[in-house]
Amino acid sequence: MDFVPAISRWIHLLAGVMWIGLLYYFNFVQVSALKSAQADSSAAGITKHVAPRALFWFRWSALVTWLAGASLLGANFGNAFLLRPSHAAIGIGAWLGTIMLINVWGVIWPNQKKILGMVEASDDAKNKARRVAFLASRTNTMLSIPMLFFMAAGAHGAIYFQ
Amino acid sequence: MSNPLDSLWGTVITGVVVTIVLYYVVRWLMGA
Repeated sequence: MDFVPAISRWIHLLAGVMWIGLLYYFNFVQVSALKSAQADSSAAGITKHVAPRALFWFRWSALVTWLAGASLLGANFGNAFLLRPSHAAIGIGAWLGTIMLINVWGVIWPNQKKILGMVEASDDAKNKARRVAFLASRTNTMLSIPMLFFMAAGAHGAIYFQ
Repeated sequence: MSNPLDSLWGTVITGVVVTIVLYYVVRWLMGA
């Protein structure tokens, strides 16, 4: 079963690139694009056709990334999440990734469903959902910076913690 | 005070600051 960690790492990286890539797309591209699009009444192109597809791949790649990461940790899952000295760096990365996953499924997605009209919501509720989803998405963008540092540090600790 | 997460630069700078803080936390956890 030696191939399992290699496959897990491969899937973890592939899904992770998709997750964080789409997170950066939302924050660095879509937010400002929507503002411009609303000015010339072309926002529907983004909210109807782009955002739902991007959100689909975003939330499922987040889950696959976490599951592949948990599989990669294997017997060291507890050592990482308990921040034992031998696994402190990857443990911090794992905690940050876990907080980000909870943010995706517990905050961003439920609020995006209201914003995109997938569930019924009043205008007030939609406006509140917009702000909450925006801040949760920005929080994840902010957390991705230390998360990626500690994921790399976990695999290459000798370079980072001499 | 405005929320740093409202701007992209504020978000990136906050992320870098959190990274530096956590770096020293990890060093402490490792007993370095």
